[in-house]
Amino acid sequence: MPRRTDIDSVLVIGSGPIVIGQACEFDYSGTQACRVLREEGFRVVLVNSNPATIMTDPEFADATYVEPITSEYVEKVIEKERPNALLATLGGQTALNAAIALHDNGVLEKYGVELIGASVDAIQRGENRESFKQIVEKLGAEVARSRICHTLDDVMGAADALGYPLVVRPSFTMGGVGSGMAYDEADLRRIAGAGLHASPTTEVLIEESILGWKEYELEVMRDKADNVVIICSIENVDPMGVHTGDSITVAPAMTLTDREYQVMRDLAIGIIREVGVDTGGCNIQFAVNPADGRLIVIEMNPRVSRSSALASKATGFPIAKIAAKVAIGYTLDEIPNDITRQTPASFEPTLDYVVVKVPRFAFEKFPAADATLTTHMKSVGEAMAIGRNYTEALQKALRSLEKPEARFSWAGQPASELEPLLEAIKTPQDGRLRIVMDAIRAGATPEQIFDATKIDPWFVDQLYLIHETALQVAAAPRLTPDVIKLAKRHGFSDLQLAEIRGLTEDVVRGVRQALGIRPVYKTVDTCAAEFKAETPYHYSSYDEESEVAPRTEPAVLILGSGPNRIGQGIEFDYSCVHASMALREAGYCTIMVNCNPETVSTDYDTSDRLYFEPLTCEDVLEIVYAELQAGPVAGVIVQLGGQTPLGLAQRLADAGVPIVGTSPEAIHLAEERGAFGKVLADAKLPAPKHGTALSAEEAHGVAEEIGFPVLVRPSYVLGGRGMEIVYSSAELSAALERLGGGQAFEHPVLIDRFLDDAVEIDVDGLFDGEELFLGGVMEHIEEAGVHSGDSSCALPPITLGNADIENIRRSTEAIARGVGVRGLLNVQYALAGDVLYVLEANPRASRTVPFVSKATATPLAKAAARVMLGATISELRAEGMLPATGDGGTLPPTTPIAVKEAVMPFNRFRTIDGRSVDTVLGPEMRSTGEVMGIDDTFGTAFAKSQAGASQPLPADGKVFVSVANRDKRHMIFPVKRLADLGFQIYATEGTADVLRRNGVEAVTVRKSSQGPGPNGEPTIVQMVQDGELNLIVNTPIGITQGGSPRIDGYEIRSAAVARNIPCITTVQGLAAAVQGIEAQRTGDIGVRSLQDWVPRIRGV
Amino acid sequence: MSQPALLVLEDGRAFAGTSYGATGETFGEAVFTTGMTGYQETLTDPSYHRQIVTQTAPHIGNTGINDEDDESQKIWVAGYVVRDPARVPSNWRAKRSLDDQLKGQQIVGISGIDTRALTRHLRERGAMRAGISTEILDPAELLRKVLEQPPMVGADLASEVTTFEPYVVPAEGEKRFTVVALDLGIKTMTPKRMSERGIEVHVMPATTSLDEILAVNPDGIFMSNGPGDPETTEHPTTLLKELLQRGKPYFGICFGNQVFGRALGLGTFKLKYGHRGINQPVLDRATGKVEITAQNHGFAVDAPIDGALETPYGTAEVSHVSLNDNVVEGLKLTGKDGRLLAFSVQYHPEAAAGPHDSAYLFDRFVDLMEGRN
Repeated sequence: MPRRTDIDSVLVIGSGPIVIGQACEFDYSGTQACRVLREEGFRVVLVNSNPATIMTDPEFADATYVEPITSEYVEKVIEKERPNALLATLGGQTALNAAIALHDNGVLEKYGVELIGASVDAIQRGENRESFKQIVEKLGAEVARSRICHTLDDVMGAADALGYPLVVRPSFTMGGVGSGMAYDEADLRRIAGAGLHASPTTEVLIEESILGWKEYELEVMRDKADNVVIICSIENVDPMGVHTGDSITVAPAMTLTDREYQVMRDLAIGIIREVGVDTGGCNIQFAVNPADGRLIVIEMNPRVSRSSALASKATGFPIAKIAAKVAIGYTLDEIPNDITRQTPASFEPTLDYVVVKVPRFAFEKFPAADATLTTHMKSVGEAMAIGRNYTEALQKALRSLEKPEARFSWAGQPASELEPLLEAIKTPQDGRLRIVMDAIRAGATPEQIFDATKIDPWFVDQLYLIHETALQVAAAPRLTPDVIKLAKRHGFSDLQLAEIRGLTEDVVRGVRQALGIRPVYKTVDTCAAEFKAETPYHYSSYDEESEVAPRTEPAVLILGSGPNRIGQGIEFDYSCVHASMALREAGYCTIMVNCNPETVSTDYDTSDRLYFEPLTCEDVLEIVYAELQAGPVAGVIVQLGGQTPLGLAQRLADAGVPIVGTSPEAIHLAEERGAFGKVLADAKLPAPKHGTALSAEEAHGVAEEIGFPVLVRPSYVLGGRGMEIVYSSAELSAALERLGGGQAFEHPVLIDRFLDDAVEIDVDGLFDGEELFLGGVMEHIEEAGVHSGDSSCALPPITLGNADIENIRRSTEAIARGVGVRGLLNVQYALAGDVLYVLEANPRASRTVPFVSKATATPLAKAAARVMLGATISELRAEGMLPATGDGGTLPPTTPIAVKEAVMPFNRFRTIDGRSVDTVLGPEMRSTGEVMGIDDTFGTAFAKSQAGASQPLPADGKVFVSVANRDKRHMIFPVKRLADLGFQIYATEGTADVLRRNGVEAVTVRKSSQGPGPNGEPTIVQMVQDGELNLIVNTPIGITQGGSPRIDGYEIRSAAVARNIPCITTVQGLAAAVQGIEAQRTGDIGVRSLQDWVPRIRGV
Repeated sequence: MSQPALLVLEDGRAFAGTSYGATGETFGEAVFTTGMTGYQETLTDPSYHRQIVTQTAPHIGNTGINDEDDESQKIWVAGYVVRDPARVPSNWRAKRSLDDQLKGQQIVGISGIDTRALTRHLRERGAMRAGISTEILDPAELLRKVLEQPPMVGADLASEVTTFEPYVVPAEGEKRFTVVALDLGIKTMTPKRMSERGIEVHVMPATTSLDEILAVNPDGIFMSNGPGDPETTEHPTTLLKELLQRGKPYFGICFGNQVFGRALGLGTFKLKYGHRGINQPVLDRATGKVEITAQNHGFAVDAPIDGALETPYGTAEVSHVSLNDNVVEGLKLTGKDGRLLAFSVQYHPEAAAGPHDSAYLFDRFVDLMEGRN
């Protein structure tokens, strides 16, 4: 069946901002889908609010709408573009939910838009628990047995039928309140009794426990002709009870017999047919009782998922691309397998290697959050590694996390007490395998490990294998070739060997290389070498034969950014991908190195060659060596992948690797405080007073000299890790304690004067050694003190004049020249009064590069890559890559305003007692993603950005206001405006008084600490919980971290998160919101594609 | 603890590794299989007789050996090549480790070698003779012995794997048909799949005569998979011609497909490196549907993919082809009225190990015997 000819335009919905549970994988899948649809000649219309994605690059669609993914906005796009079909199965749950909403409110029918991929009925059959249960049972299989109960007697009856242990889940309680695990009758009476009480419908679900069972996933693909294939099996190392996104997972499944596997396969095929997913991919999860093999079907996702991205990277089978092809009518046997090119896609990939995925968490950003892993996903990113065996893949994956504590270590003596370790590993948590290894070191038996963790004995034995290998390394009289080869075969890094042998990493590497022991590079080929692979998708292994092909074109290695984390995510992947595209076009052989399976950069199509490898010095050096054997290497790009590759620059250069673009020495100049201070002094640029301290005592001295408030942070970090604003000496002591405890610090601590009330400005520029191209000037909406990654900003800057911008241009150029930048540079300024202070400069691609590129219609990262390899800005202007004249500082007045808003993950985390974590913004970055709103005026763009961030501004209703004293003056005008617009104002006593004195009527509300009034008047927290308010304005008193939050404010904000009520925590944010609300009320907000904005940005 | 072992191919390429299973030496045709599950079924599949089997999946032995999944009475592979054998088996049905099983049955193996390099070598150069030894560790010396071994082409191996005595697998539930299954290396799952459908299966030795078969008065004839070169199979081919002449419904699997082809007057040839795995896409040319199949064959039927062939028994056609390389994967014979008379497939619908996509072929056999075609 060839491509459908009855449709000619397709609307694709993306997944919006990066949030926990929905990350770059949907950029990867969406980009593949758009590419396929365009290749097939369809007009592609795209809606995605996330500017940091590759898919929203204007060349990937005919009309790219960076607009909120709500049915209201998508309907506007449909009305304007009139697509024939909607493909919503590649944009995660966000796109699927939007599609269902558009179906339910009749929009799809009204405009005659056909949903392709999966029908609404199929989506609902797959997602509705009851109908799914019926399907599973019809196929002769089981779901977990459960009963709904309304009385304790019911509950006891259920217990008799189901047997202990049991899971109790009260119905309709927020965030799993009242649920728990009952091991006996006493437990059950206690938990279910409380649960019945907590449930508004006096209802609890009593379910058999499958905690500790083995967990599997199958990735399934179906076409219109009902051909179904299994792309990949995935086994979770962490058994049932941990969300698969938070589990360490392995592909293919390691501990299934063929009979067990085929039962799952049959069920998966039966389920996709019964659910009726017409075409495309879906994923189905299973649990297996290790004691008797009993199999339970857990759930299915009737769409491409995070696991699909993992499975695509793990197998080389591009699930999203094939899903798009089958959605438009092809059958699997008509689609060639990209990798072999000889064989069709209608087959099941087979692996001759092992893939391990490990999650990356960010609990350090949320110290109050409960770090126990549960069925609620909490990780912010993941790393994947490929090895020829499990031990190699696991150890590579652990070092890919870039957390020293994640890898196994044999330093020091084993723990003397085993019991605490065995107790600790009972609780699933970040880094559990490391603690398991520590327990093994301390003498635990495999049975003890299994009993505590329920990790399959085969996986447990693999840890013993690693441990025994470490002992052999330790016991060897010297590092012989046999010992090194053995350790390398099980994935030990040079660093681990050095640690075991008491040597330095460089010495181990020197010995190893002198002995000629180097990794070989194998190929991911979908077929275990049965057919020749045409696509150089490589991974390293200490095996015999390498498959790296010789080449003649000069190679450029691009180092990616590793696992997503807060502060380093998709934005850096965007820049890396752009560099690859630009340099491929310029005739280089581009070689991508990265270990993040979610990304576009790790698509085997993106670069000429892909190395799926950890981003450590050792791993990168070996790739450089292998590629130097294959042909000329023009250089390595470290500037685009964020702090990860930047941190490797000096060591790579020391090892003789050519770094292109800004030199490691120049990078150091910008990162090292003293050296950078000299650059600024030479250029006569002011900076806030600052100092560096290596001890607590020094820090206090510096702070005294500078004067409070000061900003304290460790050097060499991204995302404001550990950064705090402190107002007093006591607060400083507490902050230093949190930074590292003791008296002396491992890395210097930086102390800066903090500029209250300054306007913060972010600049991305490009410098070729002679000319500066000012990419964009972004004005932060929140004042200085909120991390730039968490702050919303506007471009072009909304309140800066031409003189300010010229000042910024001069300063940026002076810094670029002083530091010696070749490529991108990001500078943060604070404008206080008329003084432009330089806060910091980063000689690398910043988080805002994709936003700036989209807002100014200029491919900054592409241009940067070319500059790094020697092109000049004037050459790029002549080529047409950069505008012929002008830059981001000279945008014409017709340029639309683009607002970037951060998206925070607060609703994902709870404290140990089950409450939300605090939502106050501060100098430490905590957002996971961003959206862009773009329109003619700031108010409209801001309103769009809020809607895109799932915090739509209300059109009317009740506003609660409670602000810190220092903010009271600034809030009067905007609150008065809200009152004029018809909002009812509620305030706590102090704020209400100020408002009344300024002529704004405000209802006084009781603080939470006051408790309900004598006549049952509710407190503000109760009002928020009851959903009575439409907007909350609450600015914290001072900004502190880690210490005790101001309880009232904290309770209000956390209740707002739980009810998803927009909550503004700065006065500047309030002013912007008022403009947004006004814009919404004055007229119908329109939608416009990026392609349509271009003439306005270019001023033509 | 680990004893060195050496693998040498007939073209001189050598791989040094570690002994796995029994020690000693062994020779056979080096082949690779790409299945990620089902090593127990693979090892006990008689079609692997005289072959040194390389598993491309690196971890082998993880689920141990159980008492249910054997496809015959013993392990047939001549030698076994794996990369990372399991140290402990883990499965609720496991009774012992694979290592112990290999040792117990005197199967010589090698582990720790670059199995991907070996696979690529076999893919490029073709399946070839090989030897594994834990005694001769000098490649040149082992090579001399490898070159003394007979090649697979021309090998008549059915007599070495077939049952000595006929036996009956009773029908499950009500008996509906009687089938004679000629054992050319049959797997346990094949008669089971038939018995599940009410077929009483008389499994008979490869040398069974026509009269002995007819004495059972079968409703249908089945010929199984098995090792060796189909060109050497005079007796089964002659037998099948006689049975087709008598209008007996026929179903063949694997070797049974090649015998069918030869009975229809077609040739067979050796594939460069064969099809061995459980992910092989096959197109059913009648329906356009794709089946993911289990395959294990080094030889194939030489037939024109398109067009029909008139034979003394009816019209023969290629019913299934491999989507990977267009190799004939199935044949069918129809009468003048277009009714199906006999059919066979090169792959394994009994699927142990492997996917169950093709189980419908057993139903088709039932339909054929019922005269519903």
